[in-house]
Amino acid sequence: MSGDLALQTPPLTWLDVGAAADVPYQGARRVETDKGAIAVFRTVDNDYYAVMDKCPHKGGPLSEGIVHGRHIACPLHNWSFSLETGEAVGVDAGKGCTPTVPLKIENARIFLGLR
Amino acid sequence: MAFHSEPVAKPRIVVIGAGMAGGRIVEEILKRDDRMFDISIIGAESCATYDRIQLSPVLAGEKTFEQIVTHSQDWYDLNGVKTHFGCWVQGIDRDARRVVLHDGQTIAYDCLILATGSDPIRLPLPGADLSGVVAFRDLHDVDLMQKAAEAGGEAVVIGGGLLGLEAAYGLAKRGMKATVIHLVDVLMERQLDEAAGRLLEKALAERGVSAVLNAQSEAILGETHVEGLKLKDGRVIPASLLVMAVGIRPHVEPAKSAGLTVERGIVVDDQMRTSDPFIFAVGECVQHRGQCYGLVAPIWDMCRTLADVLTGKNPQAAYLGSELATRLKVSGVDLYSAGQFNGGDGCEDIVFRDPARGVYKRIVIKNDQLVGAVLFGEAADGGWYFDLIKKGESIGEIRDTLIFGQAVTEALAGVDPNAAVAAWPDDTEVCGCNGVSKGAVVAAISGGADTLDKVRGCTKASASCGSCTGIVEQLLKVTLGDAFKAQTGPKPMCKCTHHGHAVVRQAIVEQGLKTIPDVMQALKWETPDGCSSCRPALNYYLLCAWPREYQDDPRSRFVNERNHANIQKDGTYSVVPRMWGGVTSARELRAIADVVDKFNLPMVKVTGGQRLDIFGVKKEDLPAVWADLNAAGMVSGHAYAKALRTVKTCVGSEWCRFGTQDSTGLGIRLEQDTWGSWMPHKFKMAVSGCPRNCAEATIKDFGVICVDSGYELHVGGNGGIHLRGTDLLCKVATEAEAREYSMAFVQFYREDAWYLERTAPWIERVGLEAIKAKLFDEETRKALMARFLESQAVFQVDPWAEHAPQSEPAKVFSPLADLRSEKKEMAR
Ligand SMILES: Cc1cc2nc3c(=O)[nH]c(=O)nc-3n(C[C@H](O)[C@H](O)[C@H](O)COP(=O)(O)OP(=O)(O)OC[C@H]3O[C@@H](n4cnc5c(N)ncnc54)[C@H](O)[C@@H]3O)c2cc1C
Ligand code: SF4
Ligand code: FES
Repeated sequence: MSGDLALQTPPLTWLDVGAAADVPYQGARRVETDKGAIAVFRTVDNDYYAVMDKCPHKGGPLSEGIVHGRHIACPLHNWSFSLETGEAVGVDAGKGCTPTVPLKIENARIFLGLR
Repeated sequence: MAFHSEPVAKPRIVVIGAGMAGGRIVEEILKRDDRMFDISIIGAESCATYDRIQLSPVLAGEKTFEQIVTHSQDWYDLNGVKTHFGCWVQGIDRDARRVVLHDGQTIAYDCLILATGSDPIRLPLPGADLSGVVAFRDLHDVDLMQKAAEAGGEAVVIGGGLLGLEAAYGLAKRGMKATVIHLVDVLMERQLDEAAGRLLEKALAERGVSAVLNAQSEAILGETHVEGLKLKDGRVIPASLLVMAVGIRPHVEPAKSAGLTVERGIVVDDQMRTSDPFIFAVGECVQHRGQCYGLVAPIWDMCRTLADVLTGKNPQAAYLGSELATRLKVSGVDLYSAGQFNGGDGCEDIVFRDPARGVYKRIVIKNDQLVGAVLFGEAADGGWYFDLIKKGESIGEIRDTLIFGQAVTEALAGVDPNAAVAAWPDDTEVCGCNGVSKGAVVAAISGGADTLDKVRGCTKASASCGSCTGIVEQLLKVTLGDAFKAQTGPKPMCKCTHHGHAVVRQAIVEQGLKTIPDVMQALKWETPDGCSSCRPALNYYLLCAWPREYQDDPRSRFVNERNHANIQKDGTYSVVPRMWGGVTSARELRAIADVVDKFNLPMVKVTGGQRLDIFGVKKEDLPAVWADLNAAGMVSGHAYAKALRTVKTCVGSEWCRFGTQDSTGLGIRLEQDTWGSWMPHKFKMAVSGCPRNCAEATIKDFGVICVDSGYELHVGGNGGIHLRGTDLLCKVATEAEAREYSMAFVQFYREDAWYLERTAPWIERVGLEAIKAKLFDEETRKALMARFLESQAVFQVDPWAEHAPQSEPAKVFSPLADLRSEKKEMAR
């Protein structure tokens, strides 16, 4: 499933998934898709990121984790991931990666880049 | 050296005894010169060298044998030392210079070192040869005791000295009922004065060790196995295990049969030489200037001296005797004694007592010098006093403040408390147990060991009895300067800060910090918004400190608390409705059954805390499940929270033929008092109606055992990974008092413990005495309860009711959007 969502051909379709304000500050919301759930995050600096909502360790729902800096700590076993790259960081660095999903904000709406 | 050996061959050193002195002398010789000798060591015990002192923690289950090995077989092999473990020296042939082993083997030596230790004294009582009668000296004895303890029952320990008390404590910790029989009327009378002895007696009683004083043993009863001990006054104390810990006697065979001069011990001169110039002796087997020792500190001095002499490093080295200090290794009992404490002619005493805190200190001064100290309840300054005793300098200048300890004394004298330590010469011994010098500690610190734990790890300093911990910390300060000062807590909370939990909690209260960003700003956090370990802790500390003002931060809560349910491995949740005191009704059971059917939930399970856990709920269904359970009158069981979980009860006097009080009713009331209260960690309670303890109250954070005359209150139990039985807090007469104590205890725990620290490790850290001191003082107790009730007024709300489906926050339980092909429309 992972490669499917990377920036590849065919071109991205940008889909409006909701109002930026509906994602809680330092929190996340889920977007359900046929390819699995996507977690949309909002950080302490008001940046938005989206990654697949499935921890590469044992599938924990990353959207339920604690957002810190530009990182997310998985709720099941506390691995931390970079929201920018999807890579595991800290003590678990190098052990796994969750695919990132292109995201842009326009007119206070969130758009995800999907195929 | 005048060894007669082949010109090329190295002189052969043979050590008899692979105990603490044997292992140490080999190490000291190798440290000075690892090529000079061909070394062999013979030990009657079949294992390599271990730290005998630590047998007490092994018996108590606080350490494993592997953790106490000091010189392993590998260590000897690596250093080219030949070992003969499990071998017994039968004789020494001084003319031929060789030793004869039990199996007839002979080993030749150029230089022989005796390190044969001592034997436990066995009282010649009738029945002393029954099985189940053991000494407390080696690993084998500990094994026997552990096996006996597995069967439970009663243990009697004869001898109320250091060793006997440690044995009794270890056995009590392993679940036996332990009684110490002591000849005189003060425990550890050789180290303690009467007042400290009484405090010790009390502290031991709280740990399940009772003492029978002024008691003379007459006979050990039993047919083949010990069944009890009969005292001179006719009393019989039942026992399935009897430990004799009445003293030791230097093990002087085979020195004696070889014709060496032996009195009480093997007589040696200041260079540890026996009456034969080629034979030396170190450790408990020796008698030096008329004195035999039973502690390790002198052993290290002896070994250093002998190694200096043998390697020629300092042929004039001399051992001049040792001052002794003792610390009792019973967790939570702080007891230290050094020097002459019993006074005598020309001695003056200074005594300090604080009965509320269980602190007693007495120092003895003679001719303007400190000559002795007994500390009970607060013994951190032991090492400092001991140092003053050893130095023997005039204490005239600091006499007024001496009893208040080092910090006060040096602050008032305007001395930087670190200056003195900094001025010590490098070879000053810091850790008596492990013989570590100041130089070795400083070298380790300079080499990167920048915390107490790391110093312990690489030098063993302060890792045994702990009396030198303060000095090691001072050396850290002196060596690291500001780098150490920055590290204000024992351990930083997490990688985002230098500060430990205690400092952060204090700063929140003292500086009036009221939000997480405020704390991070004031304490110079190194990350923009912390991490998943500090944020939940800060959120808790703030809401504990400012129940009315602080605005809870759900984004700094773990998912379970944010979603008010337990996340399971597949991302679904389980919910536990509260069943007060474990009591339920047909209506509640029906509502649970209906929810299970309606949401098609796969499993319902009875939990360890007597509640029903409903599994497999999807996140988006949570608000609806709660609403249905709420409609039947049920509220959240907080099974997911760092908060009061359950109060387990038995049926008590209402139904049970043994019940003495209404344990179910009390359990319900305790649960009603405390539910909803946020805590540093999960918190469990139980109430049993009689000492049969069907509700298992003695492994709970707060447990009540009802008895005819009232309620026994127990604290600090934990059934988790590290099983810990409770400590008895006190007994109270009425239910009202039991509730008051429970609330005061909870509040003290809330205010004092570190986040994620359960009551069991918390109590081990702060000590039961500190808790008693708070709770037994009526004013403090009432104030704690008042603060608890204040916070309950805010926090006793049911999160499930707050988040029922209609509510605004419930929105976040559903997806932001659903793009799945079968539901194309947005679900917001
Ligand atoms: C449970 C316990 C707790 C203690 N707690 C403390 C404490 O807190 N602080 C403190 O300072 N001290 C404490 N001590 C005392 C301390 O352990 C001793 O002072 C120290 O072990 C003595 O060392 P040693 O080498 O002289 O004797 P040991 O360590 O007894 O070593 C002697 C060794 O020689 C062997 N041996 C004897 N004869 C022969 C032979 N003929 N052939 C071969 N081998 C032989 C023995 O088997 C033994 O292994 C404690 C002791 C015990 C038992
Ligand atoms: S603890 Fe005592 S009162 Fe309670 S059920 Fe058991 S036997 Fe009965
Ligand atoms: S499933 Fe995410 S850390 Fe284990």
